[in-house]
Amino acid sequence: MIAAAAAANATIHVPAIRYLAIMPVIILLGGAVLLLAAQSLVRRPLRLRFATVSTVVISLGAFALAWWQWTDVMDHGPYTTIAHAVVSDGFSVLVTVLVTSAMVLFALVAEGYLAREGIEGSELHVLALVSASGAILMAQANDLVIVFLGLEILSIALYVLTAYNHKRSESGEAGLKYFVLGGFSSAVFVYGIALTYGATGTTNLTQIASFLSRNVLVHDGVLLAGMSLLLVGFAFKVAAVPFHMWTPDVYQGAPSPVTGFMAAVAKAGGFAAFLRVFVSSFGVLRADWRPIVYVLAIVTLLVGAGLAVVQRDIKRMLAYSSINHAGFVLLGLQAASAAGVSAALYYLFAYAFMVIGSFAVVAVIGRSGDMEHDIASYRGLARSQPLFAFAFALLLLAQAGIPFTTGFLTKFQVVVASVDGHSVPLAVVAMGSAALAAFFYLRVTVLMYGPERAAEEVPATATAGGALFAPASELRTRLNAALLLEDVPAAPRVAAAATGRVPVPPLAAVAVGICVLVTVVFGVFPAPLVDFAHKATLLFLP
Amino acid sequence: MLHIAYLMALLPLAGFAVLVVFGKRLGDPLAGWVGTVAVFGAFVVACIALGGLWNEPASARHFTENYFSWIAVGGLQVKVGLFLDPLSMTMCLFVTGVSALIHLYSIGYMKDDSEYSKFFIYLNLFVFSMVLLVLSDNLLVTFVGWEGVGLCSYFLIAFWHERDSAASAGKKAFVYNRIGDAGFLIAVFLIFSKLGTLDLPTIFAHRHALGGDATTAVALLLLLAATGKSAQIPLFNWLPDAMEGPTPVSALIHAATMVTAGVYLLCRMNSVLALTPDARWVVAVIGGVTAFVAATIASSQQDIKKVLAFSTVSQIGYMTLAVGTGAYIAAIFLMVAHAFYKALLFLGAGSIIHGLHDEQDLKRMGGLARVLPWTYGTFLAAWLAIAGIPPLAGFWAKGDVLSNVFRKSPVLWALGVVTAILTAYYMTRLFVLAFRGDQRWAHAVSGHAPEPPHECPWVMRVPLVVLAVASFAGGILDLPFVHTAGLSSWLGPVFSNSLFVDHEGAGLQSGLAVIDGVAAVIGLSVAWWAWRREWDRPALEPAFLQRVWYWDDFYDAIIGRPGQVLAKVAATTVDGRVIDGAVNGVATLVRKSASGVRRLQTGYVRNYALGIVLGLAAVVAFLLSRVWWS
Repeated sequence: MIAAAAAANATIHVPAIRYLAIMPVIILLGGAVLLLAAQSLVRRPLRLRFATVSTVVISLGAFALAWWQWTDVMDHGPYTTIAHAVVSDGFSVLVTVLVTSAMVLFALVAEGYLAREGIEGSELHVLALVSASGAILMAQANDLVIVFLGLEILSIALYVLTAYNHKRSESGEAGLKYFVLGGFSSAVFVYGIALTYGATGTTNLTQIASFLSRNVLVHDGVLLAGMSLLLVGFAFKVAAVPFHMWTPDVYQGAPSPVTGFMAAVAKAGGFAAFLRVFVSSFGVLRADWRPIVYVLAIVTLLVGAGLAVVQRDIKRMLAYSSINHAGFVLLGLQAASAAGVSAALYYLFAYAFMVIGSFAVVAVIGRSGDMEHDIASYRGLARSQPLFAFAFALLLLAQAGIPFTTGFLTKFQVVVASVDGHSVPLAVVAMGSAALAAFFYLRVTVLMYGPERAAEEVPATATAGGALFAPASELRTRLNAALLLEDVPAAPRVAAAATGRVPVPPLAAVAVGICVLVTVVFGVFPAPLVDFAHKATLLFLP
Repeated sequence: MLHIAYLMALLPLAGFAVLVVFGKRLGDPLAGWVGTVAVFGAFVVACIALGGLWNEPASARHFTENYFSWIAVGGLQVKVGLFLDPLSMTMCLFVTGVSALIHLYSIGYMKDDSEYSKFFIYLNLFVFSMVLLVLSDNLLVTFVGWEGVGLCSYFLIAFWHERDSAASAGKKAFVYNRIGDAGFLIAVFLIFSKLGTLDLPTIFAHRHALGGDATTAVALLLLLAATGKSAQIPLFNWLPDAMEGPTPVSALIHAATMVTAGVYLLCRMNSVLALTPDARWVVAVIGGVTAFVAATIASSQQDIKKVLAFSTVSQIGYMTLAVGTGAYIAAIFLMVAHAFYKALLFLGAGSIIHGLHDEQDLKRMGGLARVLPWTYGTFLAAWLAIAGIPPLAGFWAKGDVLSNVFRKSPVLWALGVVTAILTAYYMTRLFVLAFRGDQRWAHAVSGHAPEPPHECPWVMRVPLVVLAVASFAGGILDLPFVHTAGLSSWLGPVFSNSLFVDHEGAGLQSGLAVIDGVAAVIGLSVAWWAWRREWDRPALEPAFLQRVWYWDDFYDAIIGRPGQVLAKVAATTVDGRVIDGAVNGVATLVRKSASGVRRLQTGYVRNYALGIVLGLAAVVAFLLSRVWWS
């Protein structure tokens, strides 16, 4: 549309810009540039503390602006700007709040990690800031081209972040895999844009919607092909099965703090654009895409939960668990209703805190080298570090959906939206997968609170309490069998390490504390957050 | 002044929080003082709030305030707020007041206990929960308080959990209460399904929309809840066992405050109860029968605290009877008076137990009047008060209940009078066995004479004296000839459309009062004559009464044993074969299929890309098939 106008007048026409709408993006990007400039102006690498503090300040600045945007949107309603390419509405503001909070938490977790791994410089922070701005842009995009722009800004920075730990070969391998597959799916996505443009004559989301509502295209092949390509592009980004296969490898290989960031921010950005494009632009075609999402959701839920069960590596397990969560968010999309979108937003918001907190713990327990990710490393953690173990247990239980955490309401709301959308079998599958998922969250929890030694060494008297009909030792063996842990050794190396406390960097502890606090406080008093997501959806453009 | 009312709940909560964090470090006795000061503060706030409420005109004496929205999901809107009216105000006053005194007493009583600060943590949490229960303007939040007091009760009964009897008594109390709680929950569900709200004022305003059957069901379910919490038939058995807890706990939770929560709940819901006369009859009969049965049992118990426990059950039976009659004000009057004298009786008993080094058997007491003068003097007031001797508080309160019941049903009234005789009898028996006669405790039990009892320290004496004064003069709250200035006119507006008003002539009322007085004197003199010399009269303590009408054995036979058999079957067959089988089957299935799917996860990028392509192909094929098929 801009291009058409420019061609007609043969002069460059600068559209009006309302800067408040893009201020958070500008702050994050500008901050990244400043940080990079500061880095290049001094001879030695920037001090880690400086990078952390400036990242936190930049992110908090964007966070504050997001709240300003919120009051603005609440007072004056949503609007589009820059020739209708960018939108500022409740939906985008919620994602901005999410991404900037995730950014703050990431900076807190990363400091301890970088210090421990001995990685210098502030490039990690710069890349994360850029990536975050991409995620926000995706949520604000009102044009497929801008969606693509945001997607690429988000992704390219993430490829580098994944490969950031040059001391681990897995890190580089994961980065390369992610890059190749990401490039592949981006190509698919761009092709989808092209086909959609071909069918509707525009890339603007609002205009696509109005075009589709004005013209009755009875199963236009080009349009449907374009839509399916877009769907695949998004499904790759949010890791829906069968476009998920990069996820376990990348989550495992990436530095642990980056994994948490990726799980929260990339998923939020991807789903934000996914929801906006499909629910509002392709809303008219929902009869065509809802069945696809239906099947995608079922497969994603089951594969995510099922494969997580058999994982021994905590990062891979959490990767599959994140796939399972993506399946739940797909439930909200599949409902294709205001309630569904609101539930999905709430899900993403609550999940961001749970997953960043979880990976913060993983980053700490990974110990020097970021290698100790066998679940056996969590044996007896409750005894040596009760508070830390308790926080992790809470975050895991929240992911399992235990009441009085935000995790319960997340699942509850998407399932309700799904049932209201007459997709009862889907809701039933989702709940079944949640039951399955509870297993692997509980397994880690039980390990943490179990004895430090392996099964056979435990004296029978140690468990006198629970044994009703079986002697304690048999009970223990059965427990191990039930947890699929027969083959988890006491791991002499781990046992030696586990006897000593793992040093917990103070800032990481703060981050975990914030995550737990958000998860529990809004679990007990859900009203503010539910309200936030609800209002965000009310002010949803187009 | 009313705006600070929330502090009544917040101060004990703050005390709780401080003690949780610093309790161990504060230690003995500082932790106790922190807890006591917090609750005293709540009492002071209650007094200030009372002043505020008093200054309002009688018709405008209610105050609601919303603090925050707790749950807002779809149709369910739960706001946390307080609902202050004369009823909840009265409850708050005596709950915080008595609690403060018992906290003070506990500083002395719990001295040198190994878990001193923990005791006050629970106690403060209890006061918070109780105030929450009383003040909440929402049934769900009331339920939170209801569960909170139940939880604290459980913790405190089992406080000395190294003793098996204490641990199992705690469990028993918890299980019995759960049955009642289930009734409460179902009532809440029913109300919500019919009215779509749990907000108390809204429920009262729309009570007619409940419909006849639902109203009766709600009333009966709330009665079930009340029988659990307030230890009425059929769920009264837990209270005597609850005496395993420290004596201040028995005084506070299992005599003065928590056990009256059930009666309070019924009073609170009076406008719903008013719509269902049938359910009210059930309430009245349960109250009357409980009062009688418990009084008979109390007359032959040997453990001083058990006597008091059954006496509590019996007295709450009177309150329930009054509620069933519609004489809510009389119920509250008796509740307040009972809180004073029963707390005093327990504290006095605690002082005896303390002095005799944990001796609770009445048969090993006797002649304590000389060695425990303070305890003796204050106990005297409490004894006469509960026996119903004019002009002490018990006489007026019980008389108020009975004169109302007379109009409702002479049969229940007669039962009440018989119970009154029994009450005077068992209390006199207790008093005589403990304070008069030989000093049986001095007889060597195991060869050497025990050291003489000692009177308690001042922190324990002060509450005794304050409560003795209150028990003596508590009747002035609502003397029958000045109904216009007392509790009646104060509480009147709360029960305006549901109160049972007795229009008896002054003559009839005086007659009934004389009968009450005579009943008290009869019971008192019979017991005095029977137990003054003898301390062992097996004929007067039949096994049937000692074993609580075989009530526990009955439950054990019809519920306990079959339950155990069922549990065994469930554990071995149902759980072992069916459930474990299903779970293991699912687990195997997941494992097998997962390891199959896992093989796709090769680690090669080309395979992953192939996955994407295949998925894409499937999606495109699906959509294009729609084009072709249409």
